[in-house]
Amino acid sequence: MKSFEFSGCSLDLDQLREKLFDPAAGAYVGFEGWVRDHNEGRQVQRLEYEAYEELGAKEGERIVEDAKSRFGVTEARCVHRTGQLEIGDLAVWVGVSSPHRDEAFAACRYIIDQVKHRVPIWKKEQYVDGDSGWINCERCDAGAPAIDIYPDIKAVDDRK
Amino acid sequence: MPNIRVEYFAILREHVGQTSEELQTNAKTVAQLFDELDGRYQFPKMVNLKVAINDEFGEWNSALTDGDSVVFIPPVAGG
Repeated sequence: MKSFEFSGCSLDLDQLREKLFDPAAGAYVGFEGWVRDHNEGRQVQRLEYEAYEELGAKEGERIVEDAKSRFGVTEARCVHRTGQLEIGDLAVWVGVSSPHRDEAFAACRYIIDQVKHRVPIWKKEQYVDGDSGWINCERCDAGAPAIDIYPDIKAVDDRK
Repeated sequence: MPNIRVEYFAILREHVGQTSEELQTNAKTVAQLFDELDGRYQFPKMVNLKVAINDEFGEWNSALTDGDSVVFIPPVAGG
């Protein structure tokens, strides 16, 4: 099972989630990114994702594997859609299982944030008014993502 | 002259009108190759453009060798 994948067709959430089951895991956190009907004041009709899959899969796996060791979770996985998507479609899914919930939440948040800023995927929005445009992520101008916004896993270790 | 393959994605693919091309170049580095192609295509201006060489992130001052595959990576927008 690859920890990061692209998919050209819609995702089966039950099947994805099932692969994270583990007898030692007491928590599962899932994130679903959906296609929204508006962005920056414009009405979006549909969108298209294009990925540089060879590099994207490698970078995505590095992110998920990094999250697993950084937060000590049992299992983690991310799948990102490519191709044409309609409003409400599932664009990206992150799932994390772990013994306790805190590290699962933290790892899930870490993975989606890193994926958005590091994996070579591009989004083209088609607007209701007939126009279209490639979206650049908001933080690209600011350079590397701010890793230190994530609480050190030791800081949430008092849950036990 | 080294033979280089360049792949284009997203906004650059649409701008150039093709997904890839093979070319011979005098460029010694990735940055020089970009300048050469920018002169030909007049790429849209982008901040924080990155580069990949042979499907790994590379540096602008990386040396080009025969058979290299190069991708210019516009600002990403996943999720």
